[in-house]
Amino acid sequence: MSRYREWVVLGLCLGLAGPAMAGQYDLGRPALPEEIAAWDLDVHPDGTGLPAGQGSVKDGERLFSARCAACHGEFAEGVGNWPELAGGEDTLADKDPVKTVGSYWPYLSTVWDYVHRSMPFGDAQSLSDDEVYAITAYILYSNYLVEEDFVLSQENFLEVAMPNADGFIVDDREEAESHFWQDAPCMEDCKDSVEITMRARVLDVTPEDEGEDGAAEEAVEVAATEETAAPDPELVAEGEKVFRKCKACHQVGEGAKNRVGPHLNGVVGRAAGAVEGFRYSKPLETAAADGLVWTEDALAAFLADPRGFLKGTKMAFAGLKSEEDRAAIAAYLATFE
Amino acid sequence: MSESQFRKPTSRRAFLGGSAAAAVAVGAGAARAAGPDPLITEVQDWAAGLGEGVDATPYGLPIRFEDDVIRRNVEWLTADTISSINFTPIHALDGTITPQGCAFERHHSGAIELRKEDYRLMINGMVETPLIFTYEDLTRFPRENHVYFCECAANSGMEWAGAQLNGAQFTHGMIHNMEYTGVPLRTILEEAGYNGEGKWVYVEGADASSNGRSIPMEKALDDVLVAFKANGEALRKEHGYPVRLVVPGWEGNLWIKWLRRVEVTDAPVESREETSKYTDTLADGTSRKWTWEMDAKSVVTSPSPQSPIPHGPGPLVITGLAWSGRGAITRVDVSKDGGRTWETARLARAGEARALTRFYLDTEWDGSEMLLQSRAMDETGYVQPSKAALREVRGENSIYHNNGIQTWWVRESGEAENVEVS
Repeated sequence: MSRYREWVVLGLCLGLAGPAMAGQYDLGRPALPEEIAAWDLDVHPDGTGLPAGQGSVKDGERLFSARCAACHGEFAEGVGNWPELAGGEDTLADKDPVKTVGSYWPYLSTVWDYVHRSMPFGDAQSLSDDEVYAITAYILYSNYLVEEDFVLSQENFLEVAMPNADGFIVDDREEAESHFWQDAPCMEDCKDSVEITMRARVLDVTPEDEGEDGAAEEAVEVAATEETAAPDPELVAEGEKVFRKCKACHQVGEGAKNRVGPHLNGVVGRAAGAVEGFRYSKPLETAAADGLVWTEDALAAFLADPRGFLKGTKMAFAGLKSEEDRAAIAAYLATFE
Repeated sequence: MSESQFRKPTSRRAFLGGSAAAAVAVGAGAARAAGPDPLITEVQDWAAGLGEGVDATPYGLPIRFEDDVIRRNVEWLTADTISSINFTPIHALDGTITPQGCAFERHHSGAIELRKEDYRLMINGMVETPLIFTYEDLTRFPRENHVYFCECAANSGMEWAGAQLNGAQFTHGMIHNMEYTGVPLRTILEEAGYNGEGKWVYVEGADASSNGRSIPMEKALDDVLVAFKANGEALRKEHGYPVRLVVPGWEGNLWIKWLRRVEVTDAPVESREETSKYTDTLADGTSRKWTWEMDAKSVVTSPSPQSPIPHGPGPLVITGLAWSGRGAITRVDVSKDGGRTWETARLARAGEARALTRFYLDTEWDGSEMLLQSRAMDETGYVQPSKAALREVRGENSIYHNNGIQTWWVRESGEAENVEVS
């Protein structure tokens, strides 16, 4: 409670009218310690805000594979356009610098803080403090900054040297670019000649309007999905291969557990949102309440375009574009009861 | 009257073809009617029948003929639209205020839905009393109205290594300009008993990315707004409904959406968005940090690749936008010959600090090719540099803060292309 508030309370108790103090409106209420603890999570370069805990490279490797590798790759090398977290040393002055935790990030606190608060994508704040230590340790390891047996903890956190810690300067535009401030820019005869040196059309990377082609074509190709009693072993084998894309988040088979995504045993033909102990997204819960069942068709539609099918799903997966892949996955998953 | 008369051409290409043909047919000089115009001599449906009643559209979108004036995404830029950006159709807008519905969006973990009733703002850290405000609390502080541009630091970022994207929307569309209603952050900090000790604030959003940035206290106490209305109405979901931060003149990433916490600190947090991102790597591999201010910049929005000249020689309005994070725009020059000679354009209104300024060059087009450029100057005397001058200082790897002079190659047909010139 602010001094002013106490004073006002006191004033009221004494039956005095409290004159308004400049800049004080007596709006809002004091934040409770539990509330501040819940939201004030940021970690500073000097370690302020870092909770007690520890995690090993070994544990981090397992966690990274389960929680991070779908986007960042098993070795933190990045999948598709997702950020690479390792490599790129000595590339910052190259034509295309590779900016990773190892090559670019100046502070380790930033890694811990970001993983802790914002990762995994679509399931933020689901990692324990020790898990965050472990994942951070693994990211360091994947950048060759620590050894295999390293354990990162609150105690040794500040001892880790970040290679690019001294690679930053504070904005110096007003000095380095002082020549951009000028009284009378040239108006006449500013150049001897003008030649076109580059054309955007040659590169041809501008998105075109009207996407009528493309999407429709795939829909035309209707697969003859005849129900077969026994699973086609070739299709199942194909599905197992395709499932590698899903493995980082979903388990199947004996002892399968919920990871980033729910386990998928018996998913084909099962009601949606029915795996016990898994925290589904609200849209999925709503769809489940509306009676969504994971028939082969529904699964195929979901996997073709996860977020188009279920807006707001937690599944951060771009989808399976190929009809064959979707059929293969369904066949493979159908073998797990 | 057939429906086809109402319909706009279905694609940009069709439009270009049609306009080029029209340009040839009209030629130089005033047009002369070949015969009476049936649009005038015949009674049209809309002049005889009835239009829609007042309740047909309780909240309206633009008429369907304008349905190509929309935000667009460049798919190859990012891994996923959830953590991505799209672009304001600046080539098709005029004036300076950006309608919310087509103002660019940038999300790090998607546009969330947060009800006013569920909204909380925490002020903590080095203040006398950490406080919690509801949305309604915020509406009880004295509030202000200001027009400001919000530009993503990466606007034009794809053009560092040369001309890439063919359209002002794509090269310069990570910008919007709105009239904000909100409470000065200063008022709120003082309410919590800020006593001059903390030198920074750390501001953070409520979405899963928990996007957070450190802002020096001097700026926080100067003109930063905690805003809840834009262009008179509630913020759109994609712009941070119900409450966002407005940091005038500074890069858009600082304009925290779904603002949930302001922490007064003695040092910057050095969060992910202010270290690994939004830092500008120079040619020698060192990187500038804390490059918050947006340098003076301008672009010709029409003619431009998506807005070709639809007529032949004669009167032509060349128009564009100019802005500066350091203050008001004082002058804009336009060149038709790739920067050899310049003429000063007319500002639609005197430049306002940290807001978009519209400029016009009302000219006679002789129908020949042009290499169109614009060059902004602000009240600090900063003159928008050429791309070459910029690269000379910064190299090609900065990603952010590309404010170099843009060139459109306008052909005799009226079509325009994004090019670079010597």
